[in-house]
Parts: sequence; C-alpha cells; structure tokens
Amino acid sequence: MTALVEPQPVQAEGHGLGPKRVVGGALQPTLDELSRPGRASAMVPHPSSDALERIPASQRRSGGLGLPELNEPEVVRHFVNLSQLNYSIDTGFYPLGSCTMKYNPKINEWAARLPGFAALHPLAPDAAAQGTLELLWELEQWLIEISGMKAVTLQPAAGAQGELTGILMIRAYHLARGDTARTEVIVPDSSHGTNPATASMAGFKTVTVKSTAEGQVDLEALRAALGPQTAAVMLTNPSTLGMFEKQIEQLLDAVHGAGALAYMDGANMNAILGKFRPGEAGFDVMHFNTHKTFSTPHGGGGPGAGPVAVGDKLLPFLPWPRVLRNGEGFRLERAGERPTSIGRVRSYQGSVGVLVRAYAYLLAHGAEGLIEVSEDAVLAANYLRSRLAGTFEMPFAQVSKHEFVASASAIKKRTGVRMLDIAKRLIDYGFHPPTIYFPLTVDECMLVEPTETESVETLDAFAEALISIVAEADSYPQLLHDAPHDSPVRRLDEATAARQPDLRWRPMTGAEPVCPQ
Amino acid sequence: MTYGPHTPADREWMLGALGVDSIDALFADIPVAVRAHGLDVPHGLDELSLSRRLELLAGRNRTDLVSFLGAGAYRHHIPATVDQILSRGEFYTAYTPYQPEISQGTLQTIYEYQSLIAQLTGLDIVSASHYDGAAATAEAALMTVRATRRDRVLVSRAVHRHFVDTTRTYFEGGRLELDELPTLPDGTTDLGALERELADAARPVAGVILGQPNAFGILENMADAARLAHAAGALFVAAVEPVSLAVLAPPADYGADIAVGEGQPLGIPLQYGGPYLGLLCARADLVRQVPGRLVGRTTDVDGRRAFVMTLRAREQDIRRDKAASNICTNQALCALAATVYIATLGPHGLRDVAALGAARAKQLEDALGAVGVSRIHSGPYLNEFAVRVPGARRVHATLVERGFVAGLPLADWYPDDPALEDALLLCATEVTTDDDIARFATALREVTR
Repeated sequence: MTALVEPQPVQAEGHGLGPKRVVGGALQPTLDELSRPGRASAMVPHPSSDALERIPASQRRSGGLGLPELNEPEVVRHFVNLSQLNYSIDTGFYPLGSCTMKYNPKINEWAARLPGFAALHPLAPDAAAQGTLELLWELEQWLIEISGMKAVTLQPAAGAQGELTGILMIRAYHLARGDTARTEVIVPDSSHGTNPATASMAGFKTVTVKSTAEGQVDLEALRAALGPQTAAVMLTNPSTLGMFEKQIEQLLDAVHGAGALAYMDGANMNAILGKFRPGEAGFDVMHFNTHKTFSTPHGGGGPGAGPVAVGDKLLPFLPWPRVLRNGEGFRLERAGERPTSIGRVRSYQGSVGVLVRAYAYLLAHGAEGLIEVSEDAVLAANYLRSRLAGTFEMPFAQVSKHEFVASASAIKKRTGVRMLDIAKRLIDYGFHPPTIYFPLTVDECMLVEPTETESVETLDAFAEALISIVAEADSYPQLLHDAPHDSPVRRLDEATAARQPDLRWRPMTGAEPVCPQ
Repeated sequence: MTYGPHTPADREWMLGALGVDSIDALFADIPVAVRAHGLDVPHGLDELSLSRRLELLAGRNRTDLVSFLGAGAYRHHIPATVDQILSRGEFYTAYTPYQPEISQGTLQTIYEYQSLIAQLTGLDIVSASHYDGAAATAEAALMTVRATRRDRVLVSRAVHRHFVDTTRTYFEGGRLELDELPTLPDGTTDLGALERELADAARPVAGVILGQPNAFGILENMADAARLAHAAGALFVAAVEPVSLAVLAPPADYGADIAVGEGQPLGIPLQYGGPYLGLLCARADLVRQVPGRLVGRTTDVDGRRAFVMTLRAREQDIRRDKAASNICTNQALCALAATVYIATLGPHGLRDVAALGAARAKQLEDALGAVGVSRIHSGPYLNEFAVRVPGARRVHATLVERGFVAGLPLADWYPDDPALEDALLLCATEVTTDDDIARFATALREVTR
C-alpha cells in the first residue's frame, strides 16, 4: 500500500484532531544511580549510640543496608520527573474497558487525609473509633440499598479478594448443610480471569460455559453444565461484553434449581445503579469494586476495596469482625462472637482509607446523582459506539450498557494492522488505549468504557482519532506497526524481560554508567 | 452533586444521535420484573456540606489519646515528601501499567520498590505488592504448598494473630492443614516442638512460619528454626517488620526462603487498618511460584532502558484457573509510599528510626519497672514487649478515660491462654516522647494501686 500523503508520526503540540503529546519528560536514572555517600536529610533525631547494645549481636544486621543516599530535593525531583512519564485520568481520557476510569474527586482525597481518619490505629478501642465506625456502618447501609442484599462486609481489600470471600462463604454454606458433593464453579467464557482463579483458590474446579452469538450467557449450555456438583455460578452482569443478561431471571432460576448459589461479579455496577438490584433479582452474593464504581483512585494498580454484599443464605458466614450498631454507638464484632463466620480474610477492618473516599462519593451523589451516573455512563458508551460503528465491526446488536466491544477483524484482514497497533497509535493522539484482546471471545477486539465524567467533545475527539487512525492503516500501515512514536519509550522488548528477568538493581560499584543509555 | 459534564443539551444531542427520545430506551434490555426504580438513599450533598459531615465524623475519633499500641501497625513520622508525591495525579489516578510506553513512572517506581525491599530482606524476588501482611502470609503459605507439593504448614502461635487467622481462612478452600507451634516462657517459639512436628513422616511439612520480631515483640532464634525446617525439606518463611530490618539481620542471612510482612510502617498512615502494603519476597529460584505482579527491566525498540510487567504467565488474566493467585488489584500506591519513604530517610535515617524505637521502648520498660510493672517474657525485644498488669482489660479501659491507650490486651488475641490473661502488649517508636512515657507510668501506677 502506498500513501498519497505520508502522515506525520509525531507532533509536539496538537489542537483538536491529530497527534498530541500528553505524556512527556526525560527518562530517569534509578535511585541507586543518583546516590552519593553522605547525602541525607534530617528527618528524625539521632539516637544515642548505645541504643541497640541490648540486642544480641547475633540478631543484629552485620553489614550495611546498601540503600541509596539522597537529599530531599533530589528525592522530590526524581519522583516528580517519574510521574511525568505516566498517563493518568488527571491528564487525559482513559477509556479502559472493564476498569471504569472515571474522574477521582479531590474532596475524597482531602477527606481520607483528615487526621481523625488517617491517624486512627486499627486496634483503637471502639470508644475511640466512633467516627470511623459510624462511617463504615453508614457505607454498609448504602451498599445494602444499592445491591438489594441483606448485609455487607467492607473487609475485602480488592475485587478479587471479595470474590474469594464470596466463594468461601458459598463453600461454607454448602458444607453447613452437609452437602459435600459440590466441587465445581461455573463461569462464562467472557468472565474476568479473577473468577476462575478465585474458584481454584477456594478449592473448586472451574467449568466454562460458552456465550451465544448474541453475546449472552447460553442458557441451554448453563443448564447442561449445572448439576448436584455445582457449588456456584459466577456471572458478571452487565457482562464483560458490556451487555445486560436479558435472560437473567431464567439464568438465576436454573442456578437455584440445581441447588447452586449465584455470585455476581459487580465490576460493571457503574451501568446499573438504581436500575437493577442484584439481591432483589435473586443473586445470593456480589462484590463491588470501589475503585471502579465509586471513584476511589486506582493508584497505578491499587489499592482498591472489594465490599461484598450477601443475602439471607450467606449472612451467617460473613467474615468477622462486622461493624455492629450498639444503641447510639457502634462497635466491632469480637473474636468468636459468631462461630459460623468464615473467619478473617485480611488484617484489621479493611482498606478504610479507600472506604472513606467511597463514602464521600456516595454522599456527594445521593440517589439522583447515582442514577444519573449510570444513565450518563450508558449514554456515553452508546454514543461513542454509534460514532465508531462505521469504522469498526460491532459484533453485538444489543444496546450497550457502560462499555462496548468493537472488533478490528476486518481492518486486520484488509490492512494487516492489528488492534494492538491501533491501540499503540492512540497514544500518539494523546489518548490512553482501551482494553484490548479482552474479552477473549471476540477476535481483535477492544473494550471501550468512556464513563460518565467525559464530555461530548472528548468522546468526539476520541472517535475522530480512531477514524483517522483507521484511515492511516489503509494508507500507511507501517506507521501503526511502529507506533507509538511520541511516547517516553516506544515498544518494549518484553521477551527478553521474561527470558532474562532483571527485577531489581544492585548497589553500584562505581564502574557503571550513571544515566540510562 | 455529580462530576459529569453533560448539560441537558448535551444529553439531548447524544440521544438524538442514537435516534431515541429518552434515556429509558437504553435500559429497556433490563427485564421489567427485575428493573429497579430508584434508590432509597439521601439526597446528594454539595462540597461544603459534604466536608462538614466528614469533619464531624473524623472529629468523633479519639486520635488525641497517648497511644502505646503497635501489634502490627506502627505510628511513625512520615516525611512530608511522601504525601506530596502520592498526591501527584499522574501517580494516583493512573491504572495498572498495562501500556508500558505511557506508564514508565509507575513501572520504574515499582522496580525501585522491588530493589529497595530486596536490599532490606536480602531476597532477590520482591512482589510488586499484596493487600497487607496477613494476605501476604497466606499467599506465602500457599507458595510453600505449591513448591513442595506438600499440604501442611506450621505457624508459630506468636505470629501476628491476623496473619494466622487469614492464612487459616485461605487454607479452608484448598483443604490444607495449618498447625500452630507453642511458645516458651521467654516468648520465643518452642523449637523442640517444631522439631517433633517436622519429624512426623506421615504428615510432611511444606513450610514453617515464624515472626521476627514475633507477636510478643520478642526476637526469635530464626537461624535455628530455618535449619530445622530445611532439614525436613520444608521452606522457611519469616514474617518481618520492615523498619526493624534496618538494624536486625536480614531474612536471607538466617536462611529464610520467603519473607513476608506488613509494609505499613514504611510511610503509610494507620487509617484504622488500611490500605496497607503486603510485602512478599522470595529466593530467586522460587520466582515462578511468586503470586502477583513483577516489574522487570528491559529495553525499547530504540535501545532505551525501560521497565515492564513481566513473567505474566503466573497471573490470573493470562492463566485463569491455573494462575498462582487470583490477585489483580494490588497496593501500588502504598508501595510508592514505601519507596519515597525509604528514599527520603536513606540508610542512616531508617536505622535511626529503628534504633530510636528501641531506645524509647527501653525507656518505657524502665519507667514501668519503676512503678512495679514488669515484662512477661524474658527474651530480647526491639521496640515492643508485653507486661503483666493484674486486671489488664479493666485497667486498659480505665486508662482510655484518662487519655491513654495502654497497648493491646493480649487476651483479645489469646483468649484461652491464662499466662496472657493479664498481659498488655506495649510499643514505642520515635514519635513516643519522654512526657508520654512519664505520664503513662504515673497513670498506670495510679490505676493499679
């Protein structure tokens, strides 16, 4: 293919359509490369020299620490410079499907840092923790209402740990009834990888059921897979294909008819706040991802929080300690107070700093605000999908919820350009690429989730960027194969990274070059 | 209040583009019988009203009490650099670095974190983070099971109670065995009992877990325990406190195959329990058993140094039911806090923090001894120890009213142990003052008189 006009690979400043740099800055040396013996900042007083004499010499560290020695300005400059090598929501559009990269409100950051919350020791007596206990208790009530369930534990540290908590409760439920034959957990082929991995961790065998051509869980296949050996079915609803399971009632009937329990992966709750209450519909347990639905920051990979809501059947098995209302006040459940509990899934009470942010988010929105969140998220997804329908294949006809799948299968056949190349080229246009090659069930797919906090102008600009990139694929495919062109680094040698793992620096001897090559 | 940008005209425009006249059309796929109609929760608040509500709740917590609580979560001076860096939107509003070309900031900081923790522990493989010390311990116990293909783990009863409880919960699923080792009057784990348990050929042991310092604050004979474990073909797991590693022998030196710990002391606020930082480190040859993300160094197509998530075939999004763990979201921002904390303090500052805690704790021990309150265990300690106070729970409650948190009544963690019925676990760090110690000793004397 020959290009009539060769597009420019890079352009530092962009206005509207066309390449635009969002992430910039120079690569940085490592802390160790910056270290110079003797540099330091005074953070704490010096102890007396005999402070450690009472510790037996055999227990003490004999050698040095080999940690870098820097002064404060160098530390700050190092990390600020590194931060500028990152893409983030605060700097641009982040339409990562399945991840709900919405705006992270700043008041939530302020709230979590209030000394009354931040400085509270996790083993503080209940009398000293009434403010946080009340916040946690109220947050549970909000999540009970949103989920349509009976009770909530805030303890799980992330969605995957919430899944493990839920599946361990399901295990305990069956065993408590003397039913030891239930050894399988069923997941759809479009499920998150955490679902089967969780089932394995909880000691279950995973059985996968296919989706229909319409992108729904295949009811007949599910019925065939269900049996007296089925402990649970884990459904993501709306699914990872961004669609509501239209046969949800029949699916749940089939699950319960086989004596199994229904787990809902709540990763996609952002589409259905106030529109669908899983507990009311018949799910037995679900988890929330506060870092998706309730705007707590992703932090470059974490921390999250994965509250789990349960109905009557699983309530006795909730992890302890629960937060209990005690007349006017609140207290934590004590050890052994509820012998049916599956036990602890982590230390202390949960990722409370994250939960403070989620609480602030819910309070700010209220009932109308939360419904508006879901309506706007769904509207944005369908609007963006309609803008791209002429450019990419849309494998499913059904209306989308908060995200949609598009495929570059035909583009690949026509131009040799893969979805990976298109995604990398988006970086040159100043956008974070969507999730690609997930779900595993759609060829050359991207999963696009715009969220409710992006303007029409942003959605339009993103659509125009993709349309422009597909035009580039037709006229100048090499440009895409080589993309990104204007990022701090370009495509990486991941094979060597895995073959010869270099997972740490070692203190320098003085002979090495100081700056990155 | 919402944070969305859409004006009524925007919404109308988008609906028009979709050819529908109301938003309800986009929810018509939800079957009528299960459609919800609203939420029974309060109205939203403007930012001013919201901030007042939050300040009110925060004000109801008593963080003004003079506290000697540790028990796995420690109050330290956090350099101002830490929160300044954590507040960079480029760090805290980024996702998992799946697109390395525009995530080098996060990726390099994780690599730096792995390197710094490797320096502290002496173990080369450092996971990019786990949820907390408890979850990291449970994952380490599962690692020993996978690596040895045995299904029984021994854990000292003097490992942090929550670490043991969490491991027990995780073990339920795999129907694995977790047995507790007793302790001796000096507060250390009974290594004779360990030897006997390891000798039971019918029940081979995958891993042995001890704390250093342990849950009583006492320093264990880690090298002896590791030797015994290795002689029986088991792996040895050390549950460590990271600041103490500035002055105590690193786990690699006494033969630990895996080290785990709670990273909260490295610049993370107490926050009533989280988010914290699960440390998980291992010997290089165990790398494929390590759960969670790892970041490695490589180059880009232009030969520039770059960092990338690597050895991904262990993870759930690739391996699904065959993954080493289900962990996805981790504690990346908390790991960043630890990285900035260590970088700011440097080796001498970190050593000073650990040594000051030891000095303050000795000062506390002496002050309490002067009012007739003495330690329960005779073994050496670093900055935390248990004392005997008759009626410990009642005394603890009375002292709260007088403005003190007298540590942790160990009966909360060991309700069935008469030897700990009157035990208070007390901790001092560099933030403990002369005045705190003097006033606490006086108050304790008054309420126990």
